[in-house]
Amino acid sequence: MTYAITSPTEVLMAGFGGQGMLLAGKILAHAAMDDGVQVSWLPSYGPEMRGGTANVTVCLSAEPIGSPLITTPQSLVAMNRPSLDKFAPKVRAGGLIVYNATLIPEGPDRDDCRIHAIESRELAEQAGSVRNANFVMLGAWVRASGAIDPASVERAIAEEFQGPKQKFVAGNVAAFRAGMAVVENQGVEESR
Amino acid sequence: MSKVLMKGNEALGEAAIRAGCVHFFGYPITPQTEVPEYLAKRLPQVGGVFMQAESEVASINMIYGAAGVGVKCLTSSSSPGISLMAEGMSYIAACELPCVIINIMRAGPGLGGILPAQSDYHQATRGHGHGDYKLITLAPSSVQEAVDLMTLAFELAEKYRNPVMICGDGMIGQMMEPVEFPTEGRGEPMAENDWALTGAQGRERRVVNSLYLTPEENYEHNLKLKRKYDEVALHEQRSELYGDDYDLLLVAFGTMARICKSAIDEVAQEGLKVALFRPISLSPFPTVACREAMDRLPPDGKVLDIEMSMGQMIDDVRLVAEGTRKIEFLGRAGGIVPSPDEVADKIREVLAVPV
Repeated sequence: MTYAITSPTEVLMAGFGGQGMLLAGKILAHAAMDDGVQVSWLPSYGPEMRGGTANVTVCLSAEPIGSPLITTPQSLVAMNRPSLDKFAPKVRAGGLIVYNATLIPEGPDRDDCRIHAIESRELAEQAGSVRNANFVMLGAWVRASGAIDPASVERAIAEEFQGPKQKFVAGNVAAFRAGMAVVENQGVEESR
Repeated sequence: MSKVLMKGNEALGEAAIRAGCVHFFGYPITPQTEVPEYLAKRLPQVGGVFMQAESEVASINMIYGAAGVGVKCLTSSSSPGISLMAEGMSYIAACELPCVIINIMRAGPGLGGILPAQSDYHQATRGHGHGDYKLITLAPSSVQEAVDLMTLAFELAEKYRNPVMICGDGMIGQMMEPVEFPTEGRGEPMAENDWALTGAQGRERRVVNSLYLTPEENYEHNLKLKRKYDEVALHEQRSELYGDDYDLLLVAFGTMARICKSAIDEVAQEGLKVALFRPISLSPFPTVACREAMDRLPPDGKVLDIEMSMGQMIDDVRLVAEGTRKIEFLGRAGGIVPSPDEVADKIREVLAVPV
């Protein structure tokens, strides 16, 4: 499979502050940058970061990115219920929604999008640490979207976690692969 | 050099070091706190000075002192903090001292809110302290441009001996994008000059002062400053025109300009021909290029000014148009950023496209 961004791809990654969506988005942006793709990483910022909602919009494009602010994204990764409720209706028709089934029992009411329910906590635990649930979700999105070479993401993980943080690389990569594998098992429409 | 992924605030801090600035005085305030955070870590590594002042009033007066002894220096704040610096900025401009000030604008007035805005345009372009003085004000629309303009800011500050402001909004500060720095390592310090207070032993003493009690003398000083600002207006106008064949001209700066580009691309698919004029220097306002861009419109072609404010730059756009064009306006304030769809809808409305 070859990976090339032929049309602009945006993903909104949202969850509680502390669930690691901003970091997952940063890894994705870093990987895409190293692949020579134009990227932007725009976080929500506010006084309610911890325990409140935190989200980031990552844009990937072959052309210079116009607006980094996207109101109707092509895809969504939702870690918690408030994020799914708020953003799922905004995903463009034909888009992709990956949500955290550990915390969200019911999926979104959209029959015009591809939807993947991911038991992120269980998968992260099996892969080594419950704290890596964000990387499970990143892996799931990367596999489902087919937007970027997973090997590039794994390289970006290694580059982001250096020095004393290097010990986290293996666990994060394992969680990332677990996310990829579960989407593989669920089946991916290779339409794009 | 390879690209690195950086937040706008951090990239501005690093760019200052590359430009040779290793003296920072500031006080934290959202959404620019990553500038001092980054420099607190970085400046000691390059032999520089980072100081967190007790207030913005203190920061700008520390800048006054540092600039007075001829070192490249930087302060950074966001809207309410910049207001506190007004007096000091007027003094620094009056004494013709070079420095760079970052304003990562948030919503106002008053304490306002912490989300992005462009409602300090008047403050940033008219010189918000007292007296006849002007800042040179530059407005980046990407993290890379923020880096490039920081290099330019120190050059212009030194060349014209004037405070230069980098005026971004909260989005530029908080957003990460790939950046490439033009140079490696710590840049060159300020060149030898004949005005800095470096100790008068063995030479004529120098004076940095803004008090002229004789009106004639003070008038002379104002005339001298005016000549400088005229020179700046002649040589330092910067702008970009996006599009070349158009029936409607948008005018927007900073992040808002990028949102406009997306909207222009969207309506282009419907056959609408729209261009964007983007001032990069807000002060001096790029009047020459703006007028040229307006002159390329059809005779009845309109101009649409779009800002994250209730309408401030529109005054400059009107001055350029001199009543020859109808100037429409779209603005949002309070931290609300107009979306590309909202801009596209306004374009259709102004062009009277049936929806």
